[in-house]
Amino acid sequence: MVSAVFHSPRDHLNTPLAVALPTAEPVLAEAPKPVKPRRKFDMNSLWLRLLPPVLGMALLIGVWALLTQKGGSFPTPGMTFDAAVKLFADPFYSNGPNDQGIGWNILYSLQRVALGFGLAAAVGIPMGFIIGRFDFANRMFSPLISLLKPVSPLAWLPIGLLVFKSANPAAIWTIFICSIWPMVVNTAVGVQRVPEDYLNVARVLKLSEWKIVTKILFPAVLPYMLTGVRLSVGTAWLVIVAAEMLTGGVGIGFWVWDEWNNLNVAHIIIAIFVIGIVGLLLEWLLMAVAKHFSYD
Amino acid sequence: MSKAFIEVQSAEMVFNTKKGQFHALRDINLQVQRGEFITLIGHSGCGKSTLLNLIAGLLTPTSGVLLCDNREITEPGPERAVVFQNHSLLPWLSCFENVYLGVESVFGGRELKRKLAERTDAALELVGMTHAMFKRPHEISGGMKQRVGIARALAMEPKVLLMDEPFGALDALTRARLQDELLKIVARTESTVVMVTHDVDEAVLLSDRVVMMTNGPAATIGEILRVDIPRPRSRVELAEDSAYVHARKAVIDFLYTRHAHVEKAA
Repeated sequence: MVSAVFHSPRDHLNTPLAVALPTAEPVLAEAPKPVKPRRKFDMNSLWLRLLPPVLGMALLIGVWALLTQKGGSFPTPGMTFDAAVKLFADPFYSNGPNDQGIGWNILYSLQRVALGFGLAAAVGIPMGFIIGRFDFANRMFSPLISLLKPVSPLAWLPIGLLVFKSANPAAIWTIFICSIWPMVVNTAVGVQRVPEDYLNVARVLKLSEWKIVTKILFPAVLPYMLTGVRLSVGTAWLVIVAAEMLTGGVGIGFWVWDEWNNLNVAHIIIAIFVIGIVGLLLEWLLMAVAKHFSYD
Repeated sequence: MSKAFIEVQSAEMVFNTKKGQFHALRDINLQVQRGEFITLIGHSGCGKSTLLNLIAGLLTPTSGVLLCDNREITEPGPERAVVFQNHSLLPWLSCFENVYLGVESVFGGRELKRKLAERTDAALELVGMTHAMFKRPHEISGGMKQRVGIARALAMEPKVLLMDEPFGALDALTRARLQDELLKIVARTESTVVMVTHDVDEAVLLSDRVVMMTNGPAATIGEILRVDIPRPRSRVELAEDSAYVHARKAVIDFLYTRHAHVEKAA
């Protein structure tokens, strides 16, 4: 409003009146002013964004430090940090199958998750499309899914051991079976919710079946599918730690169990942080992918 | 009789809903000549969109026959292009790609890619959307989306343009501008148009004949009004034109005096 008042006399009186100059100057002098508080405001919002998470972490470490002050079997934050520095100084050493660097352990776990999850996506997403597209398939598979979905992942491990007679495929099988459901269900829901209008467009334009799938169904379902994928990866990462504790071999879950047997509590705490951070990174990665494919 | 381009012969439409059968249309008889501009007008729920969908082939009549160019309408097809009420552009494709999808489907078998792109360009130019052809639908305004929707339909070189309240969701000024442009485009392309509307002025301004429908359920055509106003028509001049005022009065009379809409408790 203020600038409008200043501007209007200048625009109307294009003749170089003496009055025009002083009115022009205050405009220039005042122009930078609103910028300054805005910059300050940005600093504030940055603070407001950074401060709470930092405070939260500080609270966690503070409570931890307070509780471990008197000593005991539980390491202090400082001791844990020192252990972590030592551990991450050489993450990729290998002294035989039972003593490998933390980097290897994480990578082996990620590899199992990738395999089990990849297989689950390869089976689950097409299955979701079929269930969503055909009512018959929907009514056929819905009771099965409802029955199997709530089963604890680890209940599937013995079946895997029995069938595959080996620990590693059994762990992958467990990941597969518990990460498949969110993808099936979300994909099916996505297919069912493809707007009727888009399908009418396809009918009027007489699109081929291939075009319908690639240009309409797939893009319309993609956001739902990615939600399913995100949930699945979260579940897979939860499950792998537990599965590896039982099956052994190289992997972050087995590593936790191994360090428990060595009574190295600092390493267990480090593992908890590492598992959390890797899970968070996976989630972020998929969020970024999902954001890329949202159209609104 | 066989000269009619689109012919609807005693069409009936009954929907099977969860609450039982719903008799939407009864005994619809309508002939549309080549190059004619027809509007269907009536209160909401009178089945005018249902009739349009029957002509489009998106619905099949419970009984009766619909013909387009002496062939029975059994399924939708690009020769009866539809401009949808809510534009229905695919949000993941740019304006160009949206139009191209239809062009490719109709002409892809016998023309080179470059020719298809030229057709797409021409259609977008016709509706004045060349500047935004690489934008996605959510980046442009409602009026622009509807222009692209019209371009998509026109680019397929349809025999008939079917429009389902194409300007219903637009503000009055944008609607008026698009109506004027539609008049020009139709004059240039000599298209046959069937348009659903609930706007009396729109109906009278655009059409050669206004088809007025009675209230549902079991709606039918109540009256057909011929609008004998020479083209090109100008909105400003028509405002005081006695033929226009007369036609407008006739439609209003039909809609609000003789077939006033009564809201029923559901």
